[in-house]
Amino acid sequence: MDFTIMATSFPKLLSAAVITLKLLSLSLFFGIFIGFLFAILRLNKNPLINKFAYGYSYIFRGTPLLVQIFIIYFGFGQIEYFRSTFLWIVFKEPYWCAIIAFALNTGAYTSEILRSAFQTIKPGIIEAGKSLGISNRIIFYKIQIPVAIRQSLPAYGNEIILMMKGTSLASTVTLMDITGVAKYIISTTFKPIEVFIVAGGIYLFMTFLIHNLIKYLEKKYSFN
Amino acid sequence: MEILSFGKTGWGDELFYAALMTIAVSVTAMLIGFFFALIFTPLKLSNNKFLNFIGNFYTTIIRGVPELLVIYLFFFGGSGAIMYVASIFGYFEYIEINAFITGSFAIGIISGAYSTEVFRGAIQSIDKGQFEAVKVLGVKKHIQFLKIIMPQMLRLAIPNLSNVWQITLKDTSLISVTGLVEIMRQSHIAAGSTRDPLLFYSVAALIYLMLTFLSMKLINKLEVKYSRGF
Repeated sequence: MDFTIMATSFPKLLSAAVITLKLLSLSLFFGIFIGFLFAILRLNKNPLINKFAYGYSYIFRGTPLLVQIFIIYFGFGQIEYFRSTFLWIVFKEPYWCAIIAFALNTGAYTSEILRSAFQTIKPGIIEAGKSLGISNRIIFYKIQIPVAIRQSLPAYGNEIILMMKGTSLASTVTLMDITGVAKYIISTTFKPIEVFIVAGGIYLFMTFLIHNLIKYLEKKYSFN
Repeated sequence: MEILSFGKTGWGDELFYAALMTIAVSVTAMLIGFFFALIFTPLKLSNNKFLNFIGNFYTTIIRGVPELLVIYLFFFGGSGAIMYVASIFGYFEYIEINAFITGSFAIGIISGAYSTEVFRGAIQSIDKGQFEAVKVLGVKKHIQFLKIIMPQMLRLAIPNLSNVWQITLKDTSLISVTGLVEIMRQSHIAAGSTRDPLLFYSVAALIYLMLTFLSMKLINKLEVKYSRGF
């Protein structure tokens, strides 16, 4: 056990945690919108729209995240259209490519979580709203969405933790997040166990924080 | 399409063997995972606080740390650890472990943590009366487990184990960083030498989709088999 390596790598890994958190929060932010959009499309009665949304979530949940990042980062640069338009500003940056891949991926999982939450809303609640003469639009925004969000909190908490672990794949497209820096330190010092303990500790601490935040929210918004 | 054909000019056969490698790693990792689950599930269910702590320690750490980090630990640390053990026995040459073994072991440990949770949940949701009934009937310990607890546990565990299988299958893509030639690595090589990453990574995605689709079909059959009578 080499404690000096642990002590010197700790500040480096901690500053890399900022990138991990940035990647995580941005992809979750975009992912929620994608998730909502596809959850609503999934509930649409038109079979074509419905199947499209199902196909989206099936493809993104059935393939590894690594493939998705590589297709977006290495693959899209090959298409002339992407290189000649303003899109190239986004797609030449590994940072934005990683965020796009993460957002699309977490969006697919979020859409499944929200869909099942929408489907398990008791019909009585909606009927109560209707019998009170509330318009369909307001029922959707003021009754269905809040109830669905509350119901999907525990599953979404798991998804946040999975996504946080997923951000480690950003290191494969040259980004220096916690895992990227950890790999760099390991390959220069050859002290894998020490670095693993420090980097793993930071990740575990973040998992712990997310876990407790979700627990707190669940308690705050529980039905009584 | 010629680029994907089987034979000397195409990458079809290479990708096919790479897919077989992915399946081999996934199956090995899943089995290693079951082995770990066999050790850690009883620990998690035990009343002894210390044993319980060890069980929880394993599942919490593995499920809270990115898979890639665990793989790097094994990739860089694996041969070091083996060499350390060998040096105790007086062998000082450089030892390189096979990428297949390192990879399957790393993924296996990850998969084991998920399997442990699944088995724990399944055993805990078996009706208490079942445990009491076997005790009252004086059934031998190992027969208790094999004939009464295990069949009921499997029925409850199979749907969740199919999730673990999917996670394990997708995690094997991460082993490509260690240089083992599985689907991702092969597509990376092919993309590099043909300068066509879009095509090859899309093909890789398609192969993974096919693998997940086929394995789901297979597992659904198992599910039907084990839920007879319910």
